Amino acid sequence: MILDAKIPAGPLEHKWSHYKEHAKLVNPANRKKLTVIVVGTGLAGASAAASLAELGYQVHSFCFQDSARRAHSVAAQGGVNAAKNYQNDGDSVYRMFYDTLKGGDFRSREANVYRLAECSLSLIDQAVAQGVPFAREYGGYLSNRSFGGVQVSRTFYARGQTGQQLLLGAYQALMRQAALGKVTLHTRHEMLDLVVVDGKAKGIIARNLDTGVIERFAAASVVIATGGFGKIYYLSTLAMGCNGSAIWRAHKRGALMACPSWTQVHPTCLPQSGDYQSKLTLMSESLRNDGRIWVPKLENETRVPNDIPEEERDYYLERRYPSFGNLAPRDISSRAAKERIDAGFGVGTQKNAVYLDFSKAIKEQGMDKIKEKYGNLFSMYKKITADDAYQSPMKISPAAHFSMGGLWVDYELMTTIPGLFAIGEANFADHGANRLGANSLLQACVDGYFILPYTLANYLAEELKTEKINTDHPEFVKAEGAVISQLNQFVQIKGSRTADSFHKELGKLLYDKCGLSRSAAGLEEAITEIKALREAFYRDLMIPGNAAEINSELEKAGRVADYLEIAELMCHDALSREESCGAHFREEYQTADGEALRNDEDYCYVSAWEWAGKDMAPVLHPEQLVFEFIKLSVRSYS
Amino acid sequence: MKVHLKVWRQKDAKSKGSMVNYDLDNVDQHMSFLEMMDTLNEQLTLKGEMPVEFDHDCREGICGTCGMMINGQAHGPVPGLTVCQLHMREFKEGDTIYVEPFRAMAFPLKRDLKIDRSAFDRIIQSGGFITANTGMPAEANNLLIVHETAESAFDSAACIGCGACVATCKNSSAALFTSAKISHLAKLPQGEQEAAKRVLKMVSKMDEEGFGHCSNTEACEVKCPQGISVLNIARMNWEFNKASLLH
Repeated sequence: MILDAKIPAGPLEHKWSHYKEHAKLVNPANRKKLTVIVVGTGLAGASAAASLAELGYQVHSFCFQDSARRAHSVAAQGGVNAAKNYQNDGDSVYRMFYDTLKGGDFRSREANVYRLAECSLSLIDQAVAQGVPFAREYGGYLSNRSFGGVQVSRTFYARGQTGQQLLLGAYQALMRQAALGKVTLHTRHEMLDLVVVDGKAKGIIARNLDTGVIERFAAASVVIATGGFGKIYYLSTLAMGCNGSAIWRAHKRGALMACPSWTQVHPTCLPQSGDYQSKLTLMSESLRNDGRIWVPKLENETRVPNDIPEEERDYYLERRYPSFGNLAPRDISSRAAKERIDAGFGVGTQKNAVYLDFSKAIKEQGMDKIKEKYGNLFSMYKKITADDAYQSPMKISPAAHFSMGGLWVDYELMTTIPGLFAIGEANFADHGANRLGANSLLQACVDGYFILPYTLANYLAEELKTEKINTDHPEFVKAEGAVISQLNQFVQIKGSRTADSFHKELGKLLYDKCGLSRSAAGLEEAITEIKALREAFYRDLMIPGNAAEINSELEKAGRVADYLEIAELMCHDALSREESCGAHFREEYQTADGEALRNDEDYCYVSAWEWAGKDMAPVLHPEQLVFEFIKLSVRSYS
Repeated sequence: MKVHLKVWRQKDAKSKGSMVNYDLDNVDQHMSFLEMMDTLNEQLTLKGEMPVEFDHDCREGICGTCGMMINGQAHGPVPGLTVCQLHMREFKEGDTIYVEPFRAMAFPLKRDLKIDRSAFDRIIQSGGFITANTGMPAEANNLLIVHETAESAFDSAACIGCGACVATCKNSSAALFTSAKISHLAKLPQGEQEAAKRVLKMVSKMDEEGFGHCSNTEACEVKCPQGISVLNIARMNWEFNKASLLH
């Protein structure tokens, strides 16, 4: 299989406009005849479903939550990037493109990244028109702040709840279309299989989580917008229900997975306090605009932070990366924290954290200004820890956060299964080996509002000519049968361990061996251990009740079963890439200073993996990355 | 520490429910309330009993999925929190804790503590949006909105749709939820065009869904995890009267 990214020819700045000018269209009368399934209602799914419905397609929207408004985009805090250059600080589409490409350690496509930066301009206009209450200057103009890995202020924000406000904008647009009868909402429905007919995606099998009933849905095309699978690490910044099942089941039907091991570990989260813990709460990266990160210089320091004098503090990010300081990119900041914690300088009762200190900012800007900028984050910190971060530094620690990897898609956001599209965090496309802060809300929105409506039409224009498939087609019957038998299998094991206990064990294993740093020996061990854990799962799982009712434990079982397979692919992916780049840090490949050592000669490609069958080694299909417009350089922030 | 739980168990909307006693003796004070419930559910599951079904997702107070009555209070005893942010350090050794679902006619029960809040979605569908199709909008900075207006609109827009206001209200009124969206959009110049139509439709939908009337006890604001102000309700009434006079 030779992967074709279908990148349009021509100069970088004309590629997307050239594509739009030449893409096929579907006339308004025909759009009504076409049904599109959109799975997921986060920023990508809701914006796509609403935009497609506005165009006249019949849209079916699915989410496992009880309302589309609860998708996990809601929890994104800090902001959304756009190259508006309102601050007159030298920003431009090209600079944003370059920052993003460099931030991703040159492991993404030039054309995709340029398009992301280009479309960022319209997104802010769209969101403002929907009523998103972005922060404003006193005169009424939009305000900006900085995020990691850049030297301009291009981040638009709505206090520390930017994701919530953008999502509500998309959700409200979706609700408007639902009221108009253009979108049919299927809340509390989980996609459990993709139906492929004659090589094309033609529908899904979903479980109604409130009744247990398995349902079939047919469509001219299927869009997966189910977000990332960072919850595979169990302890993560993600919501409890976030999962990788939709993309994994599509993968098993033939869609390739790209770079699944590239997981962003976020540097500013609350540290773990005990075994009962179910998640690690994120503290927005925006805090690093004014917070300074440090650990004591003295090993086994016992004094409280405020008693440790300035000269006995190690501001290690400022020391190692003077030109970016506390705003070094996430992969670098997380690794630097891990280095200090592993070396014995960690703080807190478990010695697993570093300090994030606002005393200097409060002194310089005043308490009121800091409260206005970060008030809700400080109060969230207090709610969880009972500590007052205005008085003494926050304690923070790295946690699994974002999946750069996902379903492989071409320039049109189509997977290797014709008719199956993947948008937002569910795909691998724009972020390379490390995502810059405030680019994830952007990518989700741009994919859904501005790209998919064009590329999907280009596909559907041809699809009009093929015969409509109904849900009584044998492929639907077969897929439904497989889903039902898997659910019954889980219920019948009647072992002695909960789904969560397997998930926790898997998460710990991945943190240790396929997390912030990886080695060949560790990854090989992990593959063996994951296989054993998977066998134990199918032998010893305990699910009470049955499949024909509300059953949260059964929902978890399906997700964990998929995680146990995804984890193995992640380890193969990490093992095969003998270089360090972005979030993928192989211990064997580092500079004398402990920085990532990239190998452009041998690994300047996207690793796309094919499912070869149960217990078979996955098959690698590299997509070479061709850089026509920029020169690869060492990614330095020092 | 040790706690005694009295939890509402009900198989489905049609079945009869009851309070069931559970004793937990391995509770850590650093646990969140939902992690304590996880611990209970793990024990029930391993015994082959059905765990207590409850709504939850982000566990950081922003998705609005979780919600239950704890000792008779929506989201528990601490103001400004969702249940997922409530920690066991707020309780004492040996405490008896009553756990019940949010109750309202417009929120039918699904199982145990899980309820159906789709009425909120339908209220938004009736008018809680600004009509702005993708691709239409003009340059964002052509529309100036002074800082204070943007901040005030944000205060209204911060609602997470959890339903604590309804559960707390003796009339099961959705006035706080509905008014927060009406105010958010009415305060902004983008929302002005449709303001009159919006308020009339949303208020009538709210009644249609079976929510009660607001009698200004202000209990909703006290239990709102986002601190949404009852001034939004005043704004809604003003917008409603204005729209009624003009239409």
